[in-house]
Amino acid sequence: MTTTLTQRVCKSYKVLVGLEIHVQLATKSKMFTGAANGFGGEPNSQVDEVVLGLPGVLPVMNKKAVEYAMKVGLALGCKIAKHTKWDRKSYYYPDLPKNYQISQYDLPLCYEGSFEIPGEDGNPVRVRVRRAHLEEDAGKLLHEAPGGYAIDWSIVDLNRAGTPLLEIVTEPDLTTPKQVAAFGQELQKLVQFLGVSEGQMQMGHMRFEPNINVHITDQDGAVHKTAITEIKNLNSFSVLERATAYEIQRQIRQWEETGDLGRKSTYGWDEPSESTFHQRDKEDADDYRYFPDPDLVPVEPSDEWVAEIKGQIGELPAARRKRYVGALGLSEKDAAILAGDREIGDFFEQVIAGGAEAKRASTLMEALREMSNEKSVPLMKLGVKPVRVAEIAALVVGGKVAASKETAKKIIDALAQGDRPAEQAAADLGLIQSTDTGAIDAAIDALIAQNPKSLQDYKGGKLTALGSLVGMVMKSGKGLNAKLVQEQLKKRLG
Amino acid sequence: MAAESTPSTRSQTLTLNDVRHVAMLSRLALNDDHLKRLTAQLESILGYVAKIGEVDVSGVEPMAHALPLHNVFREDVVEPSLPLDKVLMNAPETDGPFFKVPKVIGGDEDSAG
Repeated sequence: MTTTLTQRVCKSYKVLVGLEIHVQLATKSKMFTGAANGFGGEPNSQVDEVVLGLPGVLPVMNKKAVEYAMKVGLALGCKIAKHTKWDRKSYYYPDLPKNYQISQYDLPLCYEGSFEIPGEDGNPVRVRVRRAHLEEDAGKLLHEAPGGYAIDWSIVDLNRAGTPLLEIVTEPDLTTPKQVAAFGQELQKLVQFLGVSEGQMQMGHMRFEPNINVHITDQDGAVHKTAITEIKNLNSFSVLERATAYEIQRQIRQWEETGDLGRKSTYGWDEPSESTFHQRDKEDADDYRYFPDPDLVPVEPSDEWVAEIKGQIGELPAARRKRYVGALGLSEKDAAILAGDREIGDFFEQVIAGGAEAKRASTLMEALREMSNEKSVPLMKLGVKPVRVAEIAALVVGGKVAASKETAKKIIDALAQGDRPAEQAAADLGLIQSTDTGAIDAAIDALIAQNPKSLQDYKGGKLTALGSLVGMVMKSGKGLNAKLVQEQLKKRLG
Repeated sequence: MAAESTPSTRSQTLTLNDVRHVAMLSRLALNDDHLKRLTAQLESILGYVAKIGEVDVSGVEPMAHALPLHNVFREDVVEPSLPLDKVLMNAPETDGPFFKVPKVIGGDEDSAG
């Protein structure tokens, strides 16, 4: 009797990943009460009766949080519900004072969207968004004392409890670990651009949970679908990408080695070993007993309200980036920098509106960025007006100042000290170049008298000598226009 | 998203295990005598509430709230928090400015999600 060894070979496979993302919204106060919303602060210092869930309190919706959520939803191409409500998700955990989280179960505020991210091959990848709903964050449960000291108990800080949280759920349209990370990065840029979240990963403003499964085609062409696993609470793009990659390979390896397609379950990520680990099967998932929260009335966004929010969004970073490359002819890199920040993009456009040509305006923006880095002052706080930057561009075009970044930076620095017309600032710095051909001729005369050898070199055909002649004339006379010096020299020597 | 329990229709009877499950979810430690007594009591309460199912609601829009209100908002304005001693006043145990709770085994995670 012979035994057949069952061979399982993964010939090819298709990856399906959907993402759940939690984004903390940067409102001033909490989702349902006036306690301050924000990172930091002494433990349990941003806590009031509603956060504590004391008897007799009544939560009231923060209008700004609802508007922020709609902004993100609209930017993700979602529809906004005509009618939506709040539900209680009940479970016991020490970081959840009320023993329920206020969330949205069957009627999310935003649904059925679609968002484009850049793919690895340069072509855009379209990702459908299933829903985006609002809820409140829980507090923080700590297992060590501040300073990292071991304790035999756990401690709770409720400052984070009640923070408005937007949960975004995509369809399983992501097919590579890189795409998963790219979606996270694009979403980060989007929420920062919209000004609804700081989007700082290290502060936990964004947390990711990829849902992963693989369709494996074996050597006989049969398809085997692994069970979906969810990796909980990933908070960096690098970890998001590596954890997704690991989990894909783990599912394939498990099937190849055992034929087991796995069960619907939850995994965690262990950074030291760079691997995922099993947390629990979804079969014994909690029974959350969702039901409508009787303390909160429904939200019914009117068409006018939605239109108003839509109007506030304006042009999104991706569209702006495309326009800067396509219509203005900027490089992808410059376009991405300028379009990535709404205020900086607006500033750039005001420089253009002031009469500067786009590429020159982009170069001057680079000078502003360098100045901002050197001074450690945000670009928008340098105190330089866009119209002055446009004036610098005009000075360069008119040949009144040298076309160099160094010159531009000197003028920008002077403008940052005190606003005045750019030409005035350049004059104060002695940067205005003479376009007076008489002065240039005089400088050339002086030079020729002093350096007959250079002149002979040039006449003897050493073309490089022209450059050094120009340099010497520039040095000998103050503030001469290099282009004019060259022209006059050629005339004289020609 | 969580798996949902299907709402029980009233033709089913409540079992001891249902009550045990609900007690566990509510973190109530009940012995078998308690469970038996509560099963009977809950059964009769649910039977009573089930009467509402006899009302003809065809043509009535489902509602999530009894009040004819919507869009009741507050502006995004910060109001004072409670002082720490008030925050911690009802806590069974505290550790400095924190609530102190029994060690949560295997949990390096917060619950929200």
